Amino acid sequence: MGPFLETLIGGLMTGMLYSLVALGFVLIFKASGVFNFAQGAMVLFAALAMARFAEWIPALLGIEHKVLVNLMAFILAMGVMIMLAWVVERFVLGKLVNQEGVTLLMATLGITYFMDGFGQTVFGSDIYKIDVGLPKEPMFLLEDVFQGGILVNQEELSAAIIAAALVALLAAFFQYTGTGRALRAVADDHQAAQSIGIPLERIWVIVWSVAGFVALVAGIIWGSKLGVQFSLSQVALKALPVVILGGLTSVPGAIVGGLIIGVGEKLSEVYIGPMLGGGIEIWFAYALALLFLLVRPQGLYGEKIIDRV
Amino acid sequence: MLYRENGQFKTSYQADQQIFPIAQDRYLILALIAAAAIVVPFIASEYVFRALLIPFLILSLAALGLNILVGYCGQISLGTGGFMAVGAYAAYNLLVRIEGMPAVVAILLGGVFAMAFGVVFGIPSLRIKGLYLAVATLAAQFFCDWAFLRIKWLTNDSASGSVSVPELMVFGWNVDTPIDKYLFCLGFVVIFALLAKNLVRGHTGREWMAIRDMDVAAAVIGIRPVYAKLTAFAVSSFIVGVAGALWGFVHLGSWEPAAFNITRSFDLLFMVIIGGLGSIMGSFFRRGLYCDRAHRA
Repeated sequence: MGPFLETLIGGLMTGMLYSLVALGFVLIFKASGVFNFAQGAMVLFAALAMARFAEWIPALLGIEHKVLVNLMAFILAMGVMIMLAWVVERFVLGKLVNQEGVTLLMATLGITYFMDGFGQTVFGSDIYKIDVGLPKEPMFLLEDVFQGGILVNQEELSAAIIAAALVALLAAFFQYTGTGRALRAVADDHQAAQSIGIPLERIWVIVWSVAGFVALVAGIIWGSKLGVQFSLSQVALKALPVVILGGLTSVPGAIVGGLIIGVGEKLSEVYIGPMLGGGIEIWFAYALALLFLLVRPQGLYGEKIIDRV
Repeated sequence: MLYRENGQFKTSYQADQQIFPIAQDRYLILALIAAAAIVVPFIASEYVFRALLIPFLILSLAALGLNILVGYCGQISLGTGGFMAVGAYAAYNLLVRIEGMPAVVAILLGGVFAMAFGVVFGIPSLRIKGLYLAVATLAAQFFCDWAFLRIKWLTNDSASGSVSVPELMVFGWNVDTPIDKYLFCLGFVVIFALLAKNLVRGHTGREWMAIRDMDVAAAVIGIRPVYAKLTAFAVSSFIVGVAGALWGFVHLGSWEPAAFNITRSFDLLFMVIIGGLGSIMGSFFRRGLYCDRAHRA
């Protein structure tokens, strides 16, 4: 029972991290109908910006206080992400309004290639560290129930808590602020929203900035876990099954989907993997998502797809 | 288009229903094929063959296959690299394991295996649509990446995981110089392009387009979505599989699973989109725009 629980908890927490990336996908898809393949590249880009600013600020300004440095780096990195959102809206998506989904998808794939290259040109392509003081030591729970207790990674635990807080924050933002209401209006119907005076361009910049914020948080957490390196942009590929499993348009879906994929992936790797030769995590997640989709084609919480002729 | 059909009167059904009903199209295509087969071998250098023309032809073929699925039938697929890998590895295994297997037959059978694989991964398309399907097809891609890396039997238990093909003999013709390889690929490409062109203008092609434009409406007027979608997956992955086998046999010679990774899928989808969806000839022109990739490939 002990190892099982340990895998289960590990899976839940990894799932939370996937949810963070998946959230970025969902936010942009909801508000603009764009399936944003660049989310992974945004995570990498944001993490690179954060890591490098945290290095440059003490070097240039002589500020040594760690919290202050991290805070300033965070703000600067966020500024970069907002600029990026503006550039994307202005030069790419603004020109492609009302195009087919697949064309937009490929446009974001182009953005991915651009950002992977540009980010590494500007910020360098080595492996960088992000240190925001997440606790690293493993922790043992329930030691009196099981022999040896259950090993829980504190870093993942804090990441999961941050992710949960972020989701609550976003939910509140969407539900209770004027901007959030405008975002939801645009998500419902572009044209109707525009006709009552909601400026589409600005809304899209905001959405991409919010997605950039989510990418930054995800980048910091993933970056402090794995180090900031090119492979970070691959987390997007792990988040994709989460998005389709939860439904492209649903924020809770991204969370629940992330948990299901995280747990499924870890359990399969431990219990089925050895039979098949290991390394099945990546395609198993997709297969799992496929199975769910066969039952519910719009994902767990996605809007029901209604076909009209 | 610079020219029109005006003034070209057809006096028989046969003339009206040929593959290229407009005379200019017909002559242009014939001239193009003739130029590719006769003129190019004399003027191109070995480097141009190796680095540009051969990859150009093979990837055009793959793009053509993908275009049938995405452009004509409207089913977005990100698993093209996987289908190519199935074609390549199936052809390899057939060639290595069966004594006296002719290379052309192995390549075509590789396409058949890719077709079976494509149909299996096409089944979800009956329920899942649009972008959900696009992501779901990634399952095929990652499954292939994994299978060819981990299942040793598929790579003939080679220690390094990479496989290589002995020299290519086609009915006594040793395909080893770049010109031979080029002509070999050109033969495949011309035949498949004409077959595809023929297919999409007929009954099957029109069913695909009806499904693409609105599948519910198509079903209402009596087009079977199951049949139409699965034939699109079958034809598309057959061509993609053949292209994969050619990519491995002719272009690479020896390869490992990374040759067919997800970047390949994206590249192909790019090719299909850049030239606009739903055009057989476009598969070639757009591949031309995309030449720089060949250097890295």
